[in-house]
Amino acid sequence: MARSCLPRRRPDVLAESLVVAGLIFVIGTLGVIVRRNVIIMFLCIELQLNAVNLTFVAFSRYVGIEGQIFVFFVIAVAAAEAAVGLAIIISIFRHYETVNVNNFNLLKW
Amino acid sequence: MGVVASPSPVASLLFMVTTLASTAGIFVLLEAHFLAAVQIMVYAGAIMVLFLFVIMLLNLGHEYQRDIRGKVAMIIGFAVTGFMGGLLVLQLGSGTAGLETSLGPGDAIDAALLEKGAVGAIAHPLFTDYVVPFELTGILLLVAIVGALVLAKKAS
Repeated sequence: MARSCLPRRRPDVLAESLVVAGLIFVIGTLGVIVRRNVIIMFLCIELQLNAVNLTFVAFSRYVGIEGQIFVFFVIAVAAAEAAVGLAIIISIFRHYETVNVNNFNLLKW
Repeated sequence: MGVVASPSPVASLLFMVTTLASTAGIFVLLEAHFLAAVQIMVYAGAIMVLFLFVIMLLNLGHEYQRDIRGKVAMIIGFAVTGFMGGLLVLQLGSGTAGLETSLGPGDAIDAALLEKGAVGAIAHPLFTDYVVPFELTGILLLVAIVGALVLAKKAS
């Protein structure tokens, strides 16, 4: 096999990936807390999921393939969640004509 | 960072696409080629286009109203994220040097990748050991499609 004959020098990027994933997660959390636009809050939740995916992949290289399988499931669940959430946003927008969460107090108390 | 900071939702979305593409690049560096492809196609392709559709549908593309929360939420937000970032620095600042060596040589993936290829290494355990969660994911997607249709259709 030609591939196994090559000298494989693999870059060790585990620590760097963990730092990047943590940064992305923190930025996503900040966005969820600080912004008031529902769509951007949704985007920030996706950002957090993405950071967790990155951590899973970074560790799966050392621990086993199960991490990548889990990332596959997380992507599928994120797609489902985005579809349902955007449908909810559309139906709320039809009702209130805004995407600002300050105006949604139906489920508050 | 632009995802949070930019005032326009469309610009925020484009920053998000950039972030997802960069994450796919990191996946390639970490030898998860199949997941990198899935990330580009599903996340940066499908989900972001879905978000873009909704932004265009709700006609939000050109209103730049300021939607940052008030002072209290700002303080809470920066406190929480500062706490999380501090924990991160504490955890990663002390002992990242020995992390790679303490986790083993990292040959677990290489053998599988060489033997079965990038897709087969994921597909084989996915269809043998993890077949029940896989089918459950399919059912979840079906439920999500039906639920989204029911939620988004006009009330008659």
